[in-house]
Amino acid sequence: MSDMKITVNVDEYLAINKYEVDESNAHIELVDDPSDAEFDKLIRVCPAALYKRDDEGAKTFDYAGCLECGTCRIACGDTIIKKWEYPQPTMGVEYRFG
Amino acid sequence: MADFDAIVVGSGCAGSVAAYELAKAGKAVLVVERGNYAGAKNMTGGRIYAHSLKKVFPDFEQNAPIERRIVHERISMMSPDANFTVDFTSDEMGKEGQDSYAVLRGSFDQWLAEQAENEGAEYIYGIAIEELLKDDSGKVVGVKAGEDEITAEVVLLCDGVNSLLTDQAVGAKRPPAHALAVGVKQTIELPANVITDRVLAGSDDEGAAWLFAGDCTKGTFGGGFMYTNKESISLGVVAGIEATANHGKAPVYQMLEDLKNHPAVAPLIKGGKVVEHSGHMVPEGGINIMPEVVGDGVLLAGDCAMMCINLGYMVRGMDFAVAAGQMAGQCAAKAIDAGDTSKAGLAPYKTALENSFVLKDLKQFKAVPDFMENFERMFCGYPEMIRDAMNTMFIVDGTPVQPMKKSMMPIVKQVGIMNLLKDVRGAMKAL
Repeated sequence: MSDMKITVNVDEYLAINKYEVDESNAHIELVDDPSDAEFDKLIRVCPAALYKRDDEGAKTFDYAGCLECGTCRIACGDTIIKKWEYPQPTMGVEYRFG
Repeated sequence: MADFDAIVVGSGCAGSVAAYELAKAGKAVLVVERGNYAGAKNMTGGRIYAHSLKKVFPDFEQNAPIERRIVHERISMMSPDANFTVDFTSDEMGKEGQDSYAVLRGSFDQWLAEQAENEGAEYIYGIAIEELLKDDSGKVVGVKAGEDEITAEVVLLCDGVNSLLTDQAVGAKRPPAHALAVGVKQTIELPANVITDRVLAGSDDEGAAWLFAGDCTKGTFGGGFMYTNKESISLGVVAGIEATANHGKAPVYQMLEDLKNHPAVAPLIKGGKVVEHSGHMVPEGGINIMPEVVGDGVLLAGDCAMMCINLGYMVRGMDFAVAAGQMAGQCAAKAIDAGDTSKAGLAPYKTALENSFVLKDLKQFKAVPDFMENFERMFCGYPEMIRDAMNTMFIVDGTPVQPMKKSMMPIVKQVGIMNLLKDVRGAMKAL
């Protein structure tokens, strides 16, 4: 992914959104040790930039800023996405504009 | 005896209109919405073509929280260092039944839900349906909401593009990545008069729709969009999931950031404040990935049935959802009256869709998704060709000019005349 120039910090935008984060339950889970190629697909398609790699290439995923679009389920539902559910009742993102 | 005549899952365009029709027909209807209010989980680009809404709510212009009526259609071919735009406006666009409006789903969907509630529909919010109830024969007879089981004569699935229930309802498999796109959007606040002036609208009630192809997705399948709301601009990118996942040159959020900074777009949003960053999928595959819309005891309407088309210069979904919701509600009410909500009893819904613009339009543009997905030169090639041609046309630098044919031919030849002819022919065929 080093060939991609990423200048934007999406976390700052997500901070503007309204969320009720379910700290006790991850509604999306990845398989253990996901493959680089599949993970990089999710870096490209997740609109919330939840899938990240640091300078050393280490992968991180945080469901907290999820926009609940389902794109990762469609892109990698057969590969590295182990679980995809909607957040528990009243949890997750709440669009004020939409 | 069932708890309700009908249960509607999801409170978007299709769901609330279906519930409204059912309630109007005197049916006991429950709408289950997983958001804390209608629209809380919904997002559009977006613009609604008003014709089908008008049929359901003849006075919607006075009552509904619509944003601006679209009076300018802009389409652009964008290269990193240039942008070519066609701007169209006409009196026809404003005529009743032909008009379209920018909308924000947070407010719009709440209004739709209110209309259904005023007719007597009951709503519960903050509950996600994870399971449909079925009887021994496999007929859908209700929903499981948390620990509760609620039964109904008929269940209407209107739960959106990322439905986790259509598989249980009609055996619909997860749609393939090439048939869906991901949309990322920012809502950017600006004073109403500033928006009016910047898009050259006549008043604060009028605005523009703008679609981009080319550099906005770094040359892969997809495009940019802009719609004017009353006091904000919706700006975003829609990118094919498979194409972007496999060979996208940047993540979708970076595409949006770069679009915001493109010289053709930056002045439009200058001084604006991002108030929301949203994401949603778009079922661009349309009829090619449409599941069965009728099952035993169950109907599908809207995005969960993939009722959407993207022609590149036009994106439609909400007008289909409203119309399908209306037909679903009406047909469900009749089936309840007739005492037959089996697949056969609900079949008139499918016939109604077939006889209406919904399935006629979706069928008409059946070949478009496949054509667009493989229309690589539209995203990388033609925008650059247009840029070079326009530079040749518009720039005067004192060097003696060449005959137009001589200066243009090398530019066209870079893409290839045969390629150009092939694409024109392909477009004519698909559209």
